[in-house]
Parts: sequence; C-alpha cells; structure tokens
Amino acid sequence: MIEQIIFYILTAIAIGSAAYVVLSQHLVRSVFMFFVTLFAVAGLYVFALADFVALTQIVIYVGGVLVLLLFAFLLSSKDALDAVAEIPSGLLSANRLPAVLIATVFFGLLAYIFCNIDFQNLNWITSAQASGNVKSVSDDTIKNIGVNLMSRYLLPLEMISILLMMALIGAAQIARKEPKTL
Amino acid sequence: MIPLQHFLLIGAILFSLGLFAIITRKNAIQILMGIELMLNASILNMVAFGKYDKIDNTGQIFGLFIIILAAAAVAVALVIIMNLYKRAQTIDPNQTKSLRG
Repeated sequence: MIEQIIFYILTAIAIGSAAYVVLSQHLVRSVFMFFVTLFAVAGLYVFALADFVALTQIVIYVGGVLVLLLFAFLLSSKDALDAVAEIPSGLLSANRLPAVLIATVFFGLLAYIFCNIDFQNLNWITSAQASGNVKSVSDDTIKNIGVNLMSRYLLPLEMISILLMMALIGAAQIARKEPKTL
Repeated sequence: MIPLQHFLLIGAILFSLGLFAIITRKNAIQILMGIELMLNASILNMVAFGKYDKIDNTGQIFGLFIIILAAAAVAVALVIIMNLYKRAQTIDPNQTKSLRG
C-alpha cells in the first residue's frame, strides 16, 4: 500500500516538473526544474527494481549532464536570460497548436496500444514467470549486472567505451580555438 | 506490485512532453533537454521490461548504455552549441541561416 502511494507521488512529481520544464517561459527555472524531473525518474527506476540504474542516473545525469547544461547555458545565452517573454505564452497560441496536436496524438496512440495489450498473457512474460526469471525485491541485481557486463555484454561495453572516447576527442577538437591563419 | 502498464504510460507521457519541447522550443539547449526527457522515458521502459529478465538483465544493462551514450551526446552537442554562439551570436536554431540553401 505504502509502495503504491510513494510511486504515484513520484509519478506526479515527475510529470508535473517535466510539464513545467516544457511549458515554462523562464529558461533558468526550466533548467533547474529538470533536476527535479531527473530525481523523480530515478525514484521510478527504483520501483522497477533497478537500483543501480537509478544511482547511475543520479551520478551521471544530475551530477554531470545537468551541470554541463547549466554551464553552457550561462556561458552562451546572456541575452536570452533577459528577454524572457518573446514567445506568446499560452498553450493554444498559433505557433504551439500543431505541437500540442502532434504530442497529444502521439501520446493517445501509445496509450491506446498499452491499454489494449494484455501484458499478463504475453508469451515471453508468461514463460519468464513459469521459469522463475522474474526479479523480486530482495534480489541482488548489482552483482548480476557486473557479471553480465564482463561476460555476456562485453562486446557492447567495449564498443560503448570506444565510442565515448571518440566523442570526447571530437568534442575537444571542435571546441579548440581555430588558428588565425586559414 | 505496480503493473507494467503504469510504467509504460508514464514513459509515454514523458516522451510526448519531450516531443512537444523539441517542436516548440526556440533555444538549442532546451531542445537538448527535450531529447534528454525522451531518452529518460525510453530508459524507464527498458528498466520496466527488464523486471522479467532476471538472468540476463538485458533491460538494465542497456539502460546503463543509454545513459552513457546520452552523456557523450550532451558533451558533443554542448560544444557545438558553444561554437554556434561564437559564430552566430545566437543559439536559436531558427535564426542560423548560413547553411540554408
């Protein structure tokens, strides 16, 4: 019972703050509200029994990505901080109506699909339940993740690490000052 | 236990909000935040389905991979945004016309 209550409170925080991020005209406020969204989504991961993913989300997203976002934001758009209300606010103004339509239609399609599928009778879910392949709350998932990363998913891990190195070298190269004589 | 549908519906709501942000926002950093929101929604789906895969743990591991890729993407995108600001003095994607044919 308490589990459901906390889950739906986290859901409300996540969706409300995400809506604020998306709709707010004030740019700095929306960046700071994104912190709240990421924390709430990390809480939702815990309820999906993925505590290690939740911790990684907090460390990488909240600690790294968002600070980087804020950094670049404060360095780049000094005039955007002053000129707050250029875009006419209001959900249904002329330049927002198509976006509202597209987003709601897309959400309606997804919700229709999710409500029509009977998840308890899907083939792979029933076979997982029959063979005891379902996580329970007391499971130690971190050890399993470590063993799987070093055995079954070793090739994707190495590819990701090479890609990450390439991305960082590329970022450093682009950010370098251009030589004066071209 | 929380049913699987609720996770998927929350993911769908977050994804639609991110889509809305990408279409309406006039600031490259906020478009990037919309993309991050969509990535978070997809990680939520991965993790929710990963509950039924205890032995291989595919959902959680690929959720971790998505987080790492998002970090790399953000690093590159922010450098591009900074360079764009240095050249064009704006980070509004609608106003950068030098590549328009």
